[in-house]
Amino acid sequence: MTEATTGTPALKQGFAEMFKGGVIMDVVTADQARIAEAAGATAVMALERVPADIRKDGGVARMSDPKMIKEIIGAVSIPVMAKVRIGHIVEAQILQALGVDFIDESEVLTPADDQYHILKHDFKVPFVCGAKNLGEALRRVGEGASMIRTKGEAGTGNVIEAVRHARTVLGEIKHIQARPAEELMTVSRDLQAPYELVRYVHEHGKLPVVNFAAGGVATPADAALMMLLGLDGVFVGSGIFKSDNPERRAQAIVKAVTHFQNADVLAEISEDLGAPMTGINIDDLIPAERLAARGW
Amino acid sequence: MARIGVLALQGAFREHRAALDRLGAQVTEVRLAADLDGLHGLILPGGESTTMARLMSEYALWEPLRAFHARGGQLWGTCAGAILLSREVQGAPPQFGRQDSLGLLDVTVQRNAFGRQIDSFTTGLDVRGLTGAFPAVFIRAPAFARVGEGVEVLAEYDGQAVAVRQGRVLATAFHPELTGDDRLHDLFLQGCLTPA
Repeated sequence: MTEATTGTPALKQGFAEMFKGGVIMDVVTADQARIAEAAGATAVMALERVPADIRKDGGVARMSDPKMIKEIIGAVSIPVMAKVRIGHIVEAQILQALGVDFIDESEVLTPADDQYHILKHDFKVPFVCGAKNLGEALRRVGEGASMIRTKGEAGTGNVIEAVRHARTVLGEIKHIQARPAEELMTVSRDLQAPYELVRYVHEHGKLPVVNFAAGGVATPADAALMMLLGLDGVFVGSGIFKSDNPERRAQAIVKAVTHFQNADVLAEISEDLGAPMTGINIDDLIPAERLAARGW
Repeated sequence: MARIGVLALQGAFREHRAALDRLGAQVTEVRLAADLDGLHGLILPGGESTTMARLMSEYALWEPLRAFHARGGQLWGTCAGAILLSREVQGAPPQFGRQDSLGLLDVTVQRNAFGRQIDSFTTGLDVRGLTGAFPAVFIRAPAFARVGEGVEVLAEYDGQAVAVRQGRVLATAFHPELTGDDRLHDLFLQGCLTPA
């Protein structure tokens, strides 16, 4: 038996693999976390306000109160994630000290740094970061992200941006696969992405880490659509606890992600869930209100 | 050729599938009870045991899985999958009362026995039946805190049983599917091809 090693990329990325085919749910209280766990969430994301409320209330959105995060950690046995502002190294250190299982460096909170993201290799706890396209995804992986989520447009209940970003990332992956190997350095330059990671994508036809959908998923059909497009799982934020019957909707979305290829099951579980969250037409958002544009 | 199912409700089922493909097994993803027909063995992958248990209840998979074992099917659970096979589960969230499990392995399994994600670790592990250390990946891993009389301990870490076998049931607290080392999958396949 050899010495145990902790905090390696293999351990961080391997942990993300365990979420696959699952739903990660935003929660703001220990009670909501219990509902999410009972509904079959593979992890919960502890945050102070769900994106729909951040949108409504305005102001600076920051890391949550450690007390609330500790209550949520104490309330459930599934992994607990929490969000830090883009570039906020100290918020991340605090979350690691609290023992959260995953950190989301998230554009849903107000960015702390308008140029640099956190160097995530420096942490033992794994990170998930948002991306709108392949270059952004590979830059985050280059910084040490162990998981990527396509950004979507959080808090809108409108899936169009999640679809757009998923199709962009997956389309760019296919495009790279089709290029001859000698063109990859130029691809790397154009994408502004690390060359070694571009080579990985060329060889394997996928990101080096797990890739979940996020932002605007509000119904079981939305969740199944994201799986059908080729993503590994789904984050649901405002979509659950801003709907009429969070318990039933949460359970239905969990089932939809497992049975996304079975329309008979989807038809059955989509029935009688009560009203979904109201939702916002993305075209009505002024550019300053678009969260997905944050991060670079 | 061995026909092997991988329970594909959630978790690392694709990695198990890849290992089995490398070894030349015929692989089926199992989501509903009907998918078990004609299989020699079934792997329950790592993931979240509460999520998988919930989906197993929703799709009435508990009894078909026990019946599959009763009629001679081989089972292997890794991490969350090992929890699902055990007779007794400790560390389930209090609101669940007790966590459902198949009860096919006479052990008490302790969830998250080694701590949270920052405590997750890799180590070279001696496993009975294998030559040379196995690169074991422990992620929020469980351990078999009590091991019944008929249960053979194949590996221990830090004084706790982490790989066990009882008849046609194999369970590992770690994740062989993440390592690219296919020796345990090979061992499992050999069991599936041997008449019970």
